[in-house]
Amino acid sequence: MRRPDTRALLALALPQRGERARLALSVALAAAAAAAAIGLLATSGYLISRAAQRPPILMLMVAIVGVRAFGIARAALRYGERLASHDLALRQLARLRVRFYRGLAPLVPGALGARSGDLLSRFVADVDTLQDVYLRVVIPGFVSLLVIAGAALAASLMLPAAGLTVLAALTLAALLLPWLSSTAVARAARRQAPARARLTSELVESIDGASELALAGRSAERVGRLRRSDAVLARIARGDALAVAGAQVAGGVLAAAGVLALLLVAIPAVHAGTLGGVLLAALVFLLLAAYDSVLPLSASARALRMSATAAGRLREIALARPAVADAAAPARLSGAGALCAEGVGFRYAPGLPWTLEGTDLRIAPGEHVALTAPSGAGKSTLAELLVRFHDPDHGRVTLDGVDMRELTQRQIRGAVVLCAQDCHVFNTSIRENLLLARRDASEDELRAVLAAVELDEWAAGLPQGLETLVGRDGELMSGGQRRRLALARALLADGRFLILDEPTAHLDGELAARVMHNVQRVCDDRSLLVITHDTTALEDFDRVLSL
Amino acid sequence: MPAPIDRRLLGESRVARVHLALAGLLGVLSAVLIVAQAALLAFVIDRAAMGHATLASLRTQLIALAAVLCARALAGGAFELSGRWGAVRVMSELRGRLARRLLLASPERRPTSARTGELANTAVQGVDALESYFAGYLPQLVLAAAVPLAVIAWVGALDPVTAGILALTVPLLVAFMVLVGKGANAQARGRWQALALLGAHFLDVVQGLATLRAYGREHAQERTLAEVGERYRAETMATLRVAFLSALVLELCAMIGTALVAATIGVQLVDGALGLQAGLTVLLLAPELYAPLRLVGQQFHASTDASNASELMFAALDAPVAIARSSAAGGAPAAGAVPWAGVAPWAGGASIPDPALAPVRFEKVGFEYPQRRGGVLSDVDLELEPGLITALVGPSGSGKSTLARLLMRLDDPTTGRVACAGVDLRELHPEDWRAQIAWVPQRPTLFTGTVAENIALYAPAATRAQVERAARAVGAERLIDALPGGLDTVIGDGGRRLSAGQSQRLGLARAFLAERPLLVLDEPTAHLDEPSALALADAIERLARGRTTLLIVHHPALGEIADRVHRIRDGRIAPESALTLAAGARPIAEPGEVPA
Repeated sequence: MRRPDTRALLALALPQRGERARLALSVALAAAAAAAAIGLLATSGYLISRAAQRPPILMLMVAIVGVRAFGIARAALRYGERLASHDLALRQLARLRVRFYRGLAPLVPGALGARSGDLLSRFVADVDTLQDVYLRVVIPGFVSLLVIAGAALAASLMLPAAGLTVLAALTLAALLLPWLSSTAVARAARRQAPARARLTSELVESIDGASELALAGRSAERVGRLRRSDAVLARIARGDALAVAGAQVAGGVLAAAGVLALLLVAIPAVHAGTLGGVLLAALVFLLLAAYDSVLPLSASARALRMSATAAGRLREIALARPAVADAAAPARLSGAGALCAEGVGFRYAPGLPWTLEGTDLRIAPGEHVALTAPSGAGKSTLAELLVRFHDPDHGRVTLDGVDMRELTQRQIRGAVVLCAQDCHVFNTSIRENLLLARRDASEDELRAVLAAVELDEWAAGLPQGLETLVGRDGELMSGGQRRRLALARALLADGRFLILDEPTAHLDGELAARVMHNVQRVCDDRSLLVITHDTTALEDFDRVLSL
Repeated sequence: MPAPIDRRLLGESRVARVHLALAGLLGVLSAVLIVAQAALLAFVIDRAAMGHATLASLRTQLIALAAVLCARALAGGAFELSGRWGAVRVMSELRGRLARRLLLASPERRPTSARTGELANTAVQGVDALESYFAGYLPQLVLAAAVPLAVIAWVGALDPVTAGILALTVPLLVAFMVLVGKGANAQARGRWQALALLGAHFLDVVQGLATLRAYGREHAQERTLAEVGERYRAETMATLRVAFLSALVLELCAMIGTALVAATIGVQLVDGALGLQAGLTVLLLAPELYAPLRLVGQQFHASTDASNASELMFAALDAPVAIARSSAAGGAPAAGAVPWAGVAPWAGGASIPDPALAPVRFEKVGFEYPQRRGGVLSDVDLELEPGLITALVGPSGSGKSTLARLLMRLDDPTTGRVACAGVDLRELHPEDWRAQIAWVPQRPTLFTGTVAENIALYAPAATRAQVERAARAVGAERLIDALPGGLDTVIGDGGRRLSAGQSQRLGLARAFLAERPLLVLDEPTAHLDEPSALALADAIERLARGRTTLLIVHHPALGEIADRVHRIRDGRIAPESALTLAAGARPIAEPGEVPA
C-alpha cells in the first residue's frame, strides 16, 4: 500500500458535514452492541460462578436481569447500527459519485486520451469500491478501539495484571492479524496478476478466433496451450492459498495464546486471593467475547488496501488538468459568422507525432462541406477541435471570427453540434435519447428527425414506440440503427453548425445515400460538415475537401 | 436456510464433491473441538475458582486446552485452504471445459465481442467469488449443521433441561430463518439489483460523458445523478428496514436463548442440581450453538456472488452445439459436450475432392437457425468455378456470411446440399474438408505472438523465407518493416495492437502462406479508405491466382477483380445474377461463360 494512496483515501473518507453525526451514531451503536455482547457473556459467567456458591436467589436477580437486558439490547442495537451505517454508506456513495463525476466531466474526451473506455469503467468501479470505507473499515476500526479500551479497563478493575494481559492480547490481535491476512491476500493478488492477465487475453483471442483456429486445424493445440497457462495460474494460486490459510492459522494460535496467558495470570491470583473466584469465569468470558469484535478487522484491512488503491487512482484523475478552460470574460458571438480552423497544428502530447499540421478549414453559414480523408489522418481530432474538446497547439479555431479560447464551452456547443463516431446511446428510452439534444422538442420534431434517418417506421412498429428502452450501449438495436439514432439526435439539436463524423458507417450503400440526402435536406438552413471515408453520395455538397 | 447450496455449482464437477466431503469431515472435527474446548475451559475455571487449584496441578488440562485451541485454528486454516484449492480446481475444470467446448465442439457459435471479454474475465476472475463461496459460505453451512448437533448431544449428557431448551430454540430459529429469510432474500436480491442498476446508470452516464458534453448536458446530469442516488437510497433503506429484521429476529432468538440458559443454569446451581463445571460448559456452548446459524446468513452474499460468477460460464457451456465436433483433432471428445446437432455425423469413405480442380456447387440450399424463426437462406443455387473469383454482394444481414459458413462446413444446410465434384460435403470429415480452405474474415484475429507466428497460422512449419515471401506477396512488408522488431515484433492482445487494415493484410498473408486450394474472403476491405482498399485489391488478385475464391464484398474496387458477381438479398440469390458493381468495372460474364 503506497503512502500517497492512503493519504488520498483519508482525504476522501473524511466525513462531510451531515455525515459526521451519522458516522458518530453508527460507531456509538456498534460499540454499544459490542459492549452488550461482552457484558452478556461476562455477566453470565459471573452469574453462574456466584450461583455455584449457592447464595439466596435474590442475590442473583440483578445478574439475571442484566443478562436478559444485555441480550435484548445487543440485538436491538445491532439492528439500529446496521440501518445507520448502510444509510451512511449510501449517502456517501451518492456524494462520491457526484463529486467524481464533476471532476471527471471536463476531462472527457480531451484530457484522457486513448484507452479511455477502460479508464472510465475502472473509474466507476473505483468509486464503488470507496463505499466500503465506512462500512468495512472506519466503523469496525473505531469499534475495535473502543472494545479494546473498554475490555482492558473492565479487566483491570477485577485484576490489574489481567487488564494488561487483555490489553496486550487484544492489541496484538487487532494489529498483527489484519496485517498478516491482508499482506497474504495482497501478495496473492500481486503474484497472480500477470498469470491472470495472460490467461484472460489467451481466452479472449481463443474465443474470438475459434473459427480461424478450426480452419487452420490448430484448435486442439490451442486447447493444450490454454491448459498449460491454466496450470501455471493454478500452481501460483495454490501457493497463495497456503499463505492465506497460514495467516489464518497464525491468527487462531494468537487468540489461543491470549486466552492461555490470561489463565496463567489469573489462576495464581485466585489462588493467592487477589482475584475473587467468582470473577475468573467473567474475566475469561470477557476476553473471548472481545475477540469477536476484533477478528473482523482482517476483512477491514483487506478492504482498506483495496480502497486505498482505488483512492490513489481516483486522485490521479482528480489531479488531471482539463484540456480546455472557459474564458473568464467571454466575448460575444455575432451569431452569423463562419466556423474556421486557421493553420491548426495539434498533437496529443509533446513528443508524439503531429496529428494535424497547418490545417485550414472554413465553413460559411449555410454551407454544406464534405471532408474525406484516409483512416488515421486526424479527421476525428479535427472534429473535436471544432467543438473545442481540445485547444490547438498552433493556429486557432474561430467561431464568428472569435478565437474559441475567448469563449465559454456553453457558447461554442450551443452553436456547434458534433455527432462523434463513437457517439454514446444511453440506456433509456428512444425518446429520452433524442431529447438529450433539445429538451423542448415537440412530438412532430421527433418524428421528423426519425423520418430523416428512416427509423420512423421501425419506431412506430415497436410495441412501446418511442418509450422503448434501447438497452445498455443500445444493445437492443443493430449497429446501423444505433448510428442512425445518434444521427437523429444530432439533427434535433439547434446549433448553427452540425459536424457529423462518419455518419453512415454500418449502413449499406443505398440506405447511406438516402440518409445522407435527407440529412442535407433537413439541414437546409444550417451549416453541415460531414467527415467520411466513404466517397459515394457526396455530389450534393457545396464543396468536397480532402485532408 | 437462507439459500440452498447451488446444486449446479457443486454437481457440475467431481472435484467439488470431493471438496464437500472434506468440508463435512472438517465440520465434524470442528464441532468436536468446540465441545472439547468448552469442557476443558470449564474444568480449569471450576477447579481454579472453587477448588483454588494451582497452575501446577492444572498443567495437563492447560496443555490439553492449548492443543485443542491450536487444533481449532488448524481446522479453520484447513477449511480456508481446501476451500481455496477447491475453487481453483473447479475454476480450472470449468475453464478447460469452456475451452474445449468453444474451440472443439462449436467454434462458430461464439459470444459477441462485448460478451467475449466478459466471459473471459469471469472465467479468470470468477475464482475470487468461488473462493469466498468454498472457503466462506460452504464451511459455515457445514458448521451450521454439525455444531448444533454436537453441542446439544454434549449438553444433553450434562443437563437434559438446558439441552431441552436449546433443542427447542434451534428448530424455532431455523423456522424463523426460513420464514423471515424467504422474504428477506427476495428483498436482499432486490437491494443488490437496485445497487447494480444504480451502478449501471452511473457507468452509462460516465461512458456517455463525451456525448453529454457535445450537447452541453454534463451539468444537468450532475443533478440527475444526485437525485437518482437519493431516490435509490430512500428506496433501499425502506427494503433494508425489513431485510435486517431477519437478522434482528435471529439475534434476539440467540440472545434470549443464551440468557434463558444462563438463568436456568443459575437456578439449578442454587438448587445444587448442577455443578459449576457443567454449568460453565453449557454456558460456553450456548453461543457456539447459534454462531454458525447466524453467520450462514451473513455469508449469504458469497453464494449469490458465486452463482453470478458461474452463471455466465454455465450459459456458455449450455449453449446448443450446431457445429461438428472435430473428434480427429481433439482425441477424446469434449467432456459433457452435447452430441452433434447441426452437422450430420461423418459417414466416412468418400475421398476428398479438390476444389481447385472441381467446382463447388450450392444446390437448392436453405438454412435456418434452430432457435430463430425464418430462414437465413432459401433455395440458393450457386457455383464456385475452379480457379475463378466469385464475388457475392448484398446488404448486411442478407446471408452472405452464412453462405460462407456453409462452404467452410462451420454449419450444414437445413435443406439442399453443398457439393464439390459431386460429393456432398456432409460425406466428408469436417476436418478434412476445412484443410482445403484458407479464410480471411472481416477482422482476422491476431493471436499473441510474433508477426511471423501469426502469418504462419495455417502453416506452423513454414520457414522464415516462406513467411517473408508471403508478407511481400500481399504488400505487408512495409508495415512489418515499420514495426520495431520486424517479423519478431510481438503483436496481439498481449503485445502491440495493429489497426484493422494492418490485421487484414496479415490475414491475407496467412492465406497466402496456407497454400490451400479454396479461398474465402469476407469483406476484406471493410473499414478501409479508398487508397488502402485499392492497394489491397492488388494483393487479393495475386493471392487468388491458381485458387478458387469466394469473395464477399461491398467495396466497388474489389468488384473489378471478380470473374463472377452474384447479388444476394433476403437469403436468395437475385435472378439478375450478373451485374456491374461500379462505373468503369469491366462487364461481368454471364454464369457459365468463361471470361476471356
